[in-house]
Amino acid sequence: MRIMEAALITVTDRGLYCPQADFHIDPWQPVARAVITHAHGDHARSGSEQYFAAGEGAGVLRHRLGRDLPLQTLAYGEVFRIGPAVLSLHPAGHVLGSAQVRIEIDGRTWVVTGDYKRTPDPTCAPFTPVPCDVLISEATFALPCYSWPDTRDVVEEIYRWWQANREQGIASVLFAYAFGKAQRVLAELLAFTDEPVYGHGAVLPLVEEYRRAGISMLPTLPVEKTKKADYAGALIIAPPSAAGSTWMRRFGDASTGFCSGWMRIRGARRRRGYDRGFVLSDHADWPGLLQTIADSGARKVLLTHGYSDALVRYLREQGVDADALRTAYGEEE
Amino acid sequence: MRAFSELYEQLDSTTSINAKLAALVRYFRAAPAHDAAWAIYFLSGRRLKRVVGSATLRQWLLQESGLPEWLLEETYSTVGDLAETIALLVERDGARSPSGLSLSEWLERLLPLPAMSPAEQQLHVVQWWKELDARGCFLLNKILTGELRVGVSAGMVERALAEVTSLPRTVIAHRLMGTWQPGPKFWAFINAPAEASGDRSRPYPFCLASPLEARPETLGAVSDWLIEWKWDGIRAQVLRRDDGTWIWSRGEELITDRFPEVVRRAAALPVNTVIDGEILAWRDGVRPFGELQQRIGRKKLTAKILEETPVQLLAYDLLELDGVDLRDRPISERRELLEQLSSRSSAGFDLSPLVVADDWDALRELRAGSRERFVEGMMLKRRDSAYGTGRQRGVWWKWKIEPYTFDGVLVYAQPGSGRRANMLTDYTFAVHDGAELVPVAKAYSGLNDKEIARVDRWIRQNTVERFGPVRSVKPELVFEIAFEAINESGRHKSGVAVRFPRIARWREDKPAAEANTIEDLRGLLRVEPAASDAR
Repeated sequence: MRIMEAALITVTDRGLYCPQADFHIDPWQPVARAVITHAHGDHARSGSEQYFAAGEGAGVLRHRLGRDLPLQTLAYGEVFRIGPAVLSLHPAGHVLGSAQVRIEIDGRTWVVTGDYKRTPDPTCAPFTPVPCDVLISEATFALPCYSWPDTRDVVEEIYRWWQANREQGIASVLFAYAFGKAQRVLAELLAFTDEPVYGHGAVLPLVEEYRRAGISMLPTLPVEKTKKADYAGALIIAPPSAAGSTWMRRFGDASTGFCSGWMRIRGARRRRGYDRGFVLSDHADWPGLLQTIADSGARKVLLTHGYSDALVRYLREQGVDADALRTAYGEEE
Repeated sequence: MRAFSELYEQLDSTTSINAKLAALVRYFRAAPAHDAAWAIYFLSGRRLKRVVGSATLRQWLLQESGLPEWLLEETYSTVGDLAETIALLVERDGARSPSGLSLSEWLERLLPLPAMSPAEQQLHVVQWWKELDARGCFLLNKILTGELRVGVSAGMVERALAEVTSLPRTVIAHRLMGTWQPGPKFWAFINAPAEASGDRSRPYPFCLASPLEARPETLGAVSDWLIEWKWDGIRAQVLRRDDGTWIWSRGEELITDRFPEVVRRAAALPVNTVIDGEILAWRDGVRPFGELQQRIGRKKLTAKILEETPVQLLAYDLLELDGVDLRDRPISERRELLEQLSSRSSAGFDLSPLVVADDWDALRELRAGSRERFVEGMMLKRRDSAYGTGRQRGVWWKWKIEPYTFDGVLVYAQPGSGRRANMLTDYTFAVHDGAELVPVAKAYSGLNDKEIARVDRWIRQNTVERFGPVRSVKPELVFEIAFEAINESGRHKSGVAVRFPRIARWREDKPAAEANTIEDLRGLLRVEPAASDAR
């Protein structure tokens, strides 16, 4: 006979919640204790009384939520307790300071992956599989068509695109999320050049946080508000929200590109109206998700956001006990 | 395939006309003759007759990928394109050193497929999937299924070839018309000196009008314009040569065999005459397009259908007379020659009459009676205009009547394809029939990107049931649907078929209860005259 075991993590209207120890993970409403997997806006929100996060991400987290954030930082693998729960944070490979949360209570272990990827990234510690009984995984790209090409090839494509635009005397504006993707591109491009790159005002402060954390990246220059520099041939990194804005006018006739896992699909690329789409994702692809689920050894898998329904059905057909968890996390990338 | 697939990528990844043009010129300067000819074939929108059907490719992919069928379907509906789904799902061994075969070599490989057994076909195609890189694999599948489309206009290809060959664009445009065999010979013909005459059975590039959106008063004096009815038939060029007659549709299809009565009459034309006009269903005057459509729909032209639905050519332009190319002369002069030709005892065609009025208001009044005449409005051609190549702005206008509209309720939606893949953009609209809603039209276009995204979100949140890719939704959203004509139809549950439906606007102000009824639509059937003496 199977005894119903109390869940270590449930979903409340405020977020993922551990009832035994009374803390939340990535809550979307203010709570007493918030364990933060990473500093992206849909996972790290302000207003909670006490925050816990990986030490490597402290800089960006404070940059986003405030310098005086009541934050307790932890090293990866460091064990800490909240009530009856033994917690530890483990690298998720998503962005600088991103973590999976391991929760152990009475010998049972649950892991919340947060957002993660398994492809190498010079700007953050690589994902490490964490064995557990129950795995709560993201499922943003949980369809077989999402499998990532080799990062080096994609970055080379970006570099070639930039150089081809330079030959035509036009600027290259590359849209990438201001936190994480932008810095990853700047770090990866070191393999091809040491030229400076212009950064949008939303990108540069985070680049500085990354530099402070010891990450090597291409030198960056601000896009001046008043001075009319000649941007012909230059590479400019900007958040996607800058696309189509008046801010773009200063670059004149520019070629635009977008870095995202969604760019894997031609239709998505064309719909967004960018000249080029570069398949560069900070999330796990289909093989990466399956690998992670296998590595965890979990007897139950719970999936959040994205194509969680498809992955649930697929896992069940493979004999894995799987279910979807409804959360408020976004699918922006 | 490498060079062609790079060209495809370059054309696909920019919206700049100059960049596209530059990519085409680069390609044609470097391409071997055989490849260049095939590239023109595909770039000008020509397609191979389907070599392998998509259902078959899907089956092979199912076996090759080892994925459950539902997951393959779900993936396909996310990608929105089978050729691309295959390219994304097949694991390839040669990804780093893709096949070195050229475009024409690939065609030599795949053209013999239809003669092979299904098992052999599968063996080859699946092997090719793995041999090519993702882009090549995508293109191969597009060619196999006869669906390859490239994002360039005919005009752009003509411009690029004109630049590469240093020939006038009009010469290139003419050489690209009609049917031809892609091969080195064709490429040599494209490059031949301007005087070289090619196949005389090919049509001239059609001169096209732009829609008139401004008030006609902005065009100046009525007397500067030659005004015709805008017929709702098949635009066609009739070429009378010493060795026969050819009829070409505006889509560059050879349709000679479809219209024997036009061919018979054309025999009376002087040798080397080319006429531009409209083929219409005709019995004591013009008949609605629906009748012509029924005739076109028949595979075989029986004596019965020829008698039931005879056709007539109404000529409105003369492009060549006695072997002299008249296209550069003003239309007023061409019209005069055409009228002289038609007044000969055995003219060989009927004349599309001119519409004469003293001012724009008088024309407006005449135009209001368009539906009774089975025409779509008027054509306005400036008297001094030459017969240009492609779409003309400023000299040829189509001044169409306002479409019919009805307010329909969104009842079904399914994902679009291409740019709209993964978005629910193909809608079915219904009208009230008593307590029920009966579907009457499908429409794909008419909303802007923002509206599409909003409707997509709404559909996902208000889906009632799913049948494969199709979702039924709560009957709440109302859209104004514009359409051109309405006919009775035994094939539709509603009993009516509307022509060219498209979304005019989203009626966010209207609740579903205020949408139109089937009786409202049937009412329009009665407005459409049953027989016509309207000419």
